[in-house]
Amino acid sequence: MAINAKTLDKTEYFYGHKACAGCGGSLAVRIALKVLGERSIAVLPAGCMSAVGFNFPQLCFGNNAIISTFAGTASMLTGVEAGLRAQGIKDFHAVGFAGDGGTADIGIQALSGAIDRNDNIIYICYDNEAYMNTGIQKSSLTPFGAKTTTTPAGKNIRGNLRPKKNMFEIVAAHGIPYAATASIGYINDFMRKVQKASEIEGTKFIHVLAPCPTGWGVPTDATVDIAKEVVDCGLWYLAEYEDGEFKLNHRPSVFTDAGEYLRKQSRFRHLKDEDIETIINARDKKWDFINKNFK
Amino acid sequence: MAKKFLSGNEAFAYGVSLARPQVISAYPITPQTIVVEKLSEFVEDGSLKAEFIHVESEHSALSCAMGASSVGARAFTATSSQGLLYMAECLTYAAGGRFPIVMMNANRSTALPWNIYGDQRDSLSQLDSGWIQAYAENAQEALDLALMSFYIAEHKRVSTPFMANLDGFVLTHTYEVVDIPTQDKADEFLPGYETENKLDLENPRNLAFSAGPEHNTVFKYKEHLGLLNSKKAIEEAEAKFSKIFGRQYSGLVEKYKTDDAEYILITVGSISGLVKEVVDGLRASGRKVGLLRLRYLRPLPNEEIADALKGAKAAAVLEKDISFGNEGTVYTNVNSALHKAKINIPNSNYIGGLGGKNISAEEIKSIFDDMEKGKSAVKFLGIGGAFDGN
Amino acid sequence: MKPYLRNKIPSSPEEIPENTAYEAGYLVTKNAGWRNVKPVISIGKCVGCLNCYLYCPDGVIYQDNGKAAIDYDFCKGCGICRKICKTGAIEMEAEK
Repeated sequence: MAINAKTLDKTEYFYGHKACAGCGGSLAVRIALKVLGERSIAVLPAGCMSAVGFNFPQLCFGNNAIISTFAGTASMLTGVEAGLRAQGIKDFHAVGFAGDGGTADIGIQALSGAIDRNDNIIYICYDNEAYMNTGIQKSSLTPFGAKTTTTPAGKNIRGNLRPKKNMFEIVAAHGIPYAATASIGYINDFMRKVQKASEIEGTKFIHVLAPCPTGWGVPTDATVDIAKEVVDCGLWYLAEYEDGEFKLNHRPSVFTDAGEYLRKQSRFRHLKDEDIETIINARDKKWDFINKNFK
Repeated sequence: MAKKFLSGNEAFAYGVSLARPQVISAYPITPQTIVVEKLSEFVEDGSLKAEFIHVESEHSALSCAMGASSVGARAFTATSSQGLLYMAECLTYAAGGRFPIVMMNANRSTALPWNIYGDQRDSLSQLDSGWIQAYAENAQEALDLALMSFYIAEHKRVSTPFMANLDGFVLTHTYEVVDIPTQDKADEFLPGYETENKLDLENPRNLAFSAGPEHNTVFKYKEHLGLLNSKKAIEEAEAKFSKIFGRQYSGLVEKYKTDDAEYILITVGSISGLVKEVVDGLRASGRKVGLLRLRYLRPLPNEEIADALKGAKAAAVLEKDISFGNEGTVYTNVNSALHKAKINIPNSNYIGGLGGKNISAEEIKSIFDDMEKGKSAVKFLGIGGAFDGN
Repeated sequence: MKPYLRNKIPSSPEEIPENTAYEAGYLVTKNAGWRNVKPVISIGKCVGCLNCYLYCPDGVIYQDNGKAAIDYDFCKGCGICRKICKTGAIEMEAEK
């Protein structure tokens, strides 16, 4: 059965949390848990979602949930899954929710280990493109040009000098049973991928772009729009990796104006035309690759 | 029971296997590796039903064990030295979460300089992480400790992780004849793990949360009580153990000929075997000497130390550790116990065995000779350099 | 289970658990005070498409008789629902 607003589990599992108004990450966690249901065990490392959801005695997960160490999302998921299996319990989902830093920086070793072992877990990276919980510092998923509190935009350096790490293909290179990219701007696509992940044996990885209005410098009501726009302008893409093959889920017929997408965010407001040209060139190169290698 | 010729590592692995852990997270490091190798063989031959997880680091080893413990599974891991330090974040995490994981640590020197041999600087640097810390003297004690450690850690009033320490190479790789209990008897000793400190699919829980300034002290107070409660649990475990297996242990300390001793040497771990021989020799020539072996450093045996030393003229601590800029950590702890009991006797500190350096019977004898001079000092065995603490 | 507000706030040492484990979904505070503006639904314009429910980061929108309704105890007033609504059934009003 196709999953949509009408068929989705009505229960809210992530509720009463203290995330900023308009938080994209909390939307990703909320929706994923509604897809996976009450027998989900959520593992969240130190980061935004654990900071806003787990302050005793305000505990905002209605399902089983635990905070892991920052580096230990995947390894704790492994232990949770193995521990339950050892007790003969099978009908549950061990699901991790880690941010971009928790996934692509400090947690990448444990994630790689879990994929290598093909542990039966779902790992969801909610990517808000910087260490937001500590006050907007650069991570390896911060895009080129973005201003963060550790990549200031000044006369000499204009924000982050490095492109976004390609987590999706890094994960796919392990030969993982299922990996996907998603955006909270295309929530039905995200829901479908979470549901698909829940039906596959082995390790599953979903990289969902989840804008942070505070860190990106957009109004709180713009989160979903900007998450849609980043896909429409080609700076993010919706794809899957399964059975050793890449598949593109959504091909914009024409890209919307990437410059416009960038300029409406205060983190990119300092960019010069040449910077935007660099970003667009990188985008086009990426799409050449996608067109060649993705079905 | 079966008798086998086993190394300390192998003996410990047999003890762990008899405890029926449900999840084992394994990562190699010298001189611990044989423990997880042996356990993997038990899993392979079907004698142990456990999920054996090949983790990719020590941090993940303990993180995985915490995940397993958080769903109510009995979990084991093992490490040493650099590995213990690499997982340090998870040590306080496991203790704060009150996850009764058992971990064997093969005591080994810490870099730099690189060195794979035994000293106790690794575990002693982690005394404050909230784990029960025990130190075995020989392979039989290692096996028995493995079995007892689960009982103590998982005790309802304790619920605290347990680090069982074996001196690297000297104990981990030295072979002795060891009695291996039968599985039936082991099962009679150790019940399955039951806890409410877990994620529960029928009754959802939120675990390992934050607690702000207003509640934090209460959590830490309770964590402290849990570790203190292990004293009673250790007594209980040893009484039950002796009843079922016939081998007796002496709680937090072992007193060897200390009752009438004027000069008492305090040690930790496998060096105690040699000290006992020296004590016997000196006793034969009429000298009133004894050994106090600290079997546990957390909980610290404050009363037991004071009780053993109350009639002595002088004491000395021989340890494989140095807290740079101060003195040996065991010495600091012993002095604290003496001070609280108002026992004011000369007590010296001998730093020895660093990076696996052999400690000779002659050196131990010279420590007893030194004690009779009645002065306190901190000395490096074989180097000298008496520091008076200033 | 949906987290819900409880009457009891554990505070004394006896009420604090032995370990960092507690009942799931235990809420003791609301988020209503965060708002400067609040979404108000014109029931007549609402077609019950549930898009606002789907995209709400706080999950405070629910279905009531085929129409959207809001739990104001936990709405933070981000305004995503107003932007997502295709029929213009949601307006933001200043909090008094």
